Amino acid sequence: MKIAVCIKRTPDSESRFKIAGSGSTIDESGLKFDMDDFASYAVEVALQLNEKQGPGETVAVAVGPDSVQETLRKAMSMGADRAIHLKTDAAPFDGVAVAKALAAELKTGGFDLILFGKYAFDTSASVVGTATAELLGVPCVTAASKLDIAGGRGTARREIEGAGEIVEFPLPATVTIDEGIARPRYPSLKGIMAAKKKPLESKPAQLGPIRVTVKSMELPAERPPGRIIGQGAAAVPELVRLLQDEAKVL
Amino acid sequence: MANVLVFAESRGTDLRKVALEAVTAGRALAEKIGGGEVHVVLAGPPGIGAKAAQLGQYGADVVLVCEHAGLARYAREAIAATVAERARAGYRAVLLPFSAQGRDLGPRVAAKLDAPIASDIIELSAAGESITVKHPGYANKVIITLALSGSPVVLSLRPAAFTPKENARSARSESIAPAADPGAERVVVKEIIEGAKGKLDLGEAPVIVSGGRGLRAPENFKLIEELAAAFGNAAVGATRAVTDEGWRPHSDQIGQTGRQVSPQLYVAVGISGAIQHLAGMRTSKTIVAINKDPEAPIFKVADYGVVGDVFEIVPALTTAVREAKKGH
Ligand SMILES: Cc1cc2nc3c(=O)[nH]c(=O)nc-3n(C[C@H](O)[C@H](O)[C@H](O)COP(=O)(O)OP(=O)(O)OC[C@H]3O[C@@H](n4cnc5c(N)ncnc54)[C@H](O)[C@@H]3O)c2cc1C
Ligand SMILES: Nc1ncnc2c1ncn2[C@@H]1O[C@H](COP(=O)(O)O)[C@@H](O)[C@H]1O
Repeated sequence: MKIAVCIKRTPDSESRFKIAGSGSTIDESGLKFDMDDFASYAVEVALQLNEKQGPGETVAVAVGPDSVQETLRKAMSMGADRAIHLKTDAAPFDGVAVAKALAAELKTGGFDLILFGKYAFDTSASVVGTATAELLGVPCVTAASKLDIAGGRGTARREIEGAGEIVEFPLPATVTIDEGIARPRYPSLKGIMAAKKKPLESKPAQLGPIRVTVKSMELPAERPPGRIIGQGAAAVPELVRLLQDEAKVL
Repeated sequence: MANVLVFAESRGTDLRKVALEAVTAGRALAEKIGGGEVHVVLAGPPGIGAKAAQLGQYGADVVLVCEHAGLARYAREAIAATVAERARAGYRAVLLPFSAQGRDLGPRVAAKLDAPIASDIIELSAAGESITVKHPGYANKVIITLALSGSPVVLSLRPAAFTPKENARSARSESIAPAADPGAERVVVKEIIEGAKGKLDLGEAPVIVSGGRGLRAPENFKLIEELAAAFGNAAVGATRAVTDEGWRPHSDQIGQTGRQVSPQLYVAVGISGAIQHLAGMRTSKTIVAINKDPEAPIFKVADYGVVGDVFEIVPALTTAVREAKKGH
């Protein structure tokens, strides 16, 4: 199969964040950036599908500044065959604009399957995959926690509130990938060497107008410092009293 | 005067609480932009129309009832086409919940309309031409204020961030047809695997009792379930350590890569309080932690921490909560 995987470069989710002096971005100094977690699950799913199903091609695509090329190389070191960099100054928080750039590139690619992460860590938006599918006019399954492809059709499981949903769909299609579906592999040394020679094409992204802009960023209000009220079962009466009288939740 | 369009989420012939939240937020937005009307799309199987009056109570002026046998389950393509077609009639904003359904629906509608979209909104304001929202990004670690330009805009609201408020209008009902045949969906739902019956959803439960690796074995979640049952209004959550082990389904996972919740009360049992777990529950109103390690990071965010063995404390707490509930 010909599979495209759209990947984003985001800061390490375990970092402590500070807001930059401008007040409208995070302070990037000292932060480690890497492939977004959900995007890495999507890359793994693409590689496994092509490994299982015989000859195919996996193409990694990213919208962003030159630094995303490092992330595209990582996808290729995991096993993607080639990469496309859609260049902008910075990936905007406008998901529809990013989707337009991706759709403009992907519409002529002849892909059987286009994979995305469920959401990106920074935007936490869950927009780009579904919006790209709409712009391309292909079926879209969101938040798949299982995915099988056979005979030109896909079957996926999605988690919805209090239930699981099994869906079937024809290819070509787009799927956004949830956690738990596959553990992303670590690039091997051989993979890293091979990736250096794999093709990476860079061209301007066609974002169109940006209509969602960041006005400001702030850190969430700190919780009051925690308080230990006691030890063992002996603390239970006091806990219940506090839940009744102070927190008023009982 | 600009009107606001709201998508009322339902399952079968039941309205979901997020529908009332969205109508409440829609009413407030309509006031802010000059007192326009709130129109609500209510789609579902025959019989769903009976819920129109309830939407009126929360501030709907017009309820657009779309009844079709093919809408007993969420038909993503037909619903997206119907909401988008309606939105083209000229609205300032389209509001929907950031639920499993809404996360799927919002970007479809935005792309169809070529409209900007903001997700998982916790605050909504309008000034002059621009609509401004607050949205927690970076897995709840940074609050981002976004400005959206253009009209309409699509706004997807975090469940439980907007409290339903009655604001009775005498809503007119109008019946509409789906803009695409629900029988022609390309993505076909083959099966719904229901979780435990009558289980409260994590996004809607006022109380969540959550268990971590400290419970040691799947059968010990019985303790968590009993405590949840004693509260009566509680759902059960878990950490990733627990869902990775397969002790609980992935859908119960709370945290950065699971559900993000803000209940009135969050009880963390045998949970260390890793930063990725905190990302999903630190906005809870009151947090209780039970852990044998006084240095566990969960105690840094717990309003009430109890140090000790879960196998001793949880049964005692369950009995005490049951007693307290009886006293009411
Ligand atoms: C990219 C990424 C995403 C992640 N996303 C999530 C997420 O969404 N949600 C999530 O939860 N985690 C997530 N994690 C995992 C997270 O880092 C932690 O590993 C996980 O939350 C730990 O779960 P736990 O608290 O159950 O287990 P542990 O950290 O092992 O803690 C168990 C606790 O139980 C206590 N304990 C043991 N026995 C007893 C006893 N008898 N009585 C009382 N206390 C006892 C111990 O003192 C300890 O504090 C993520 C990690 C990564 C890298
Ligand atoms: N700048 C980007 N370049 C490539 N893919 C992206 C980009 N932004 C988002 N995506 C993809 O869309 C998914 C959802 O992102 P979001 O809608 O921002 O939450 C991500 O997991 C990626 O797969």
